[in-house]
Amino acid sequence: MTEPHVPYHRRRIVPLLYAAFVLLPLYWLFIISFMTQEEATAGLSLVPQKPTLNNYLFILTDSGWAMGFVNAAIYTSINVALSLTVAIPAAYAFSRYRFLGDKHLFFWLLASRMTPSAVLFLPLVQLYSEIGLMDRTIGVALAHCLFTVPVAVWILEGFFKNIPVELDETSRVDGRGGAAFAFQVLLPVAAPGIGVAAFFCFMASWVELILANALTTTEAKPIIAVLFRAGGPLGFVHLPILCAAGVLTILPGLGLVYFVRHYLASGLSMGRVGRM
Amino acid sequence: MRTKAPYRNSALWLVVPCLVLLLFSFAIPIVAVVNYSVHDVFSGNTFVWAGGYWYEHVLSSSTFWDTLGRTFLYAVLVIAIEIPLGVWIALHIPRAGRQSSFFIIVAAIPLLIPWFIVGLVWKIIADPAIGPLGVSAVALGTFYDLNSPIIAWAVIILADIWHWTGLVVLLSYAALVAIPRAYYQAAQVDGASRGAIFRFVELPRLKRVLIIALLLRMVDGLMIYIEPFMITRGGPGVSTTFLSQDLIQTAMKEFDFGEASAAALIYLLIMLALSWALFRIMTAADD
Repeated sequence: MTEPHVPYHRRRIVPLLYAAFVLLPLYWLFIISFMTQEEATAGLSLVPQKPTLNNYLFILTDSGWAMGFVNAAIYTSINVALSLTVAIPAAYAFSRYRFLGDKHLFFWLLASRMTPSAVLFLPLVQLYSEIGLMDRTIGVALAHCLFTVPVAVWILEGFFKNIPVELDETSRVDGRGGAAFAFQVLLPVAAPGIGVAAFFCFMASWVELILANALTTTEAKPIIAVLFRAGGPLGFVHLPILCAAGVLTILPGLGLVYFVRHYLASGLSMGRVGRM
Repeated sequence: MRTKAPYRNSALWLVVPCLVLLLFSFAIPIVAVVNYSVHDVFSGNTFVWAGGYWYEHVLSSSTFWDTLGRTFLYAVLVIAIEIPLGVWIALHIPRAGRQSSFFIIVAAIPLLIPWFIVGLVWKIIADPAIGPLGVSAVALGTFYDLNSPIIAWAVIILADIWHWTGLVVLLSYAALVAIPRAYYQAAQVDGASRGAIFRFVELPRLKRVLIIALLLRMVDGLMIYIEPFMITRGGPGVSTTFLSQDLIQTAMKEFDFGEASAAALIYLLIMLALSWALFRIMTAADD
């Protein structure tokens, strides 16, 4: 018996067509990544004639490109750790208490998410140059907090609100306050929410280009900025290599999405849909 | 009914680390932008007071208004297509089981791809010599010329639909799954039609997530930069040049920090005003 009373439309063709629309363009990214430049630019092909791994080998052996992946992985990880560290206490405060200016603060947190990078990148470059954060992974991680922290607070606030307040009170009676409450009670219960928040921080930091490109020059260049330089809008410099790098940039997200798939949808709606 | 949260000002301390972090990367640069916008800036460090000159310059520039208009048109078009389409797709996804997991992951995939790669994918797909879309359009003999503004717009809108409809699907799906089954049973007992179930059972529950979707899509639509830049380079002419690209070019290629900053602040005020309006609607919907 599968949900006899929920009359979702039975025409499964609709989501299937949507899945085809999403996956087909990626199919070409995938097959071109196994072609030579000549084959890729000769015309439309449906399968690679002589598949080659050379494009992937080039990326993994060229230090500039390979380090691009390492740099992106480093600042993304720092960003996730930093975002969660500051977002968890803030989200807890917003979910449990009212305090001076709470509604306004909540909006101004979001305001930094709503601010176009094009507005901020120039003074950010100057500020970070002054204090030695230019061209360092920690600098990019810090700048990305502008849009990861607000989203993390928003998601976690929703999840925390769904945890009964009685849990806090019981712990207090048990003599667990402050850090003991946070680590032994709250965080284990909120684990799915924290996972989803981490996922969204990862995602936002991984896909971003404007700030990551502006704040790095050589040492901390992420793969996306390397690609942007090598194959920007001026043309296909070496299309199959760009495609191979593209395929590699998709893999981490694909791996992570599998782990959070059950919580993804409710996390994206900021954990709030269940209690309207 | 939830009881109202207790009032406790010391909870503010829990928010302090988060505020310090954001003030550092948000407030300081904003102050710097304000400072640039009232000065003539030479080689990045010589400032000559310019007062409101740059604001007058930007506000009286037809290029600025044209670009702003194009950016809004873009955001409105993608929202008008993606939100109904996303809801419609979400209504057809089974509410449980393996298949639903599959469709959820598929909807999430485009959101996980770096924007540059999204641009690259659609540049390939639309290419008239090697891309499936371009090659089939040419083979079918339809009018297909990336140097035509209409075709260029069609391609970047299609790329945006591909990139972001999944967000609306995921949000709507989350809201639909949370509807108690009893609501549907009651509607069936009443003999409600499918349309009536959507209108009176599902749509009210979708309201909140649709405001979130609208907020996120509007803001990101108005910030659009890399995908059109990759696919069309802002052309033909300036027909697909949007505000972010315009700002970055003014600042980086022409080094007009003053002008770029004045335009940036006007842009920012518009974004914040729109976000504030939607935020108020959303919090009103909560109570």
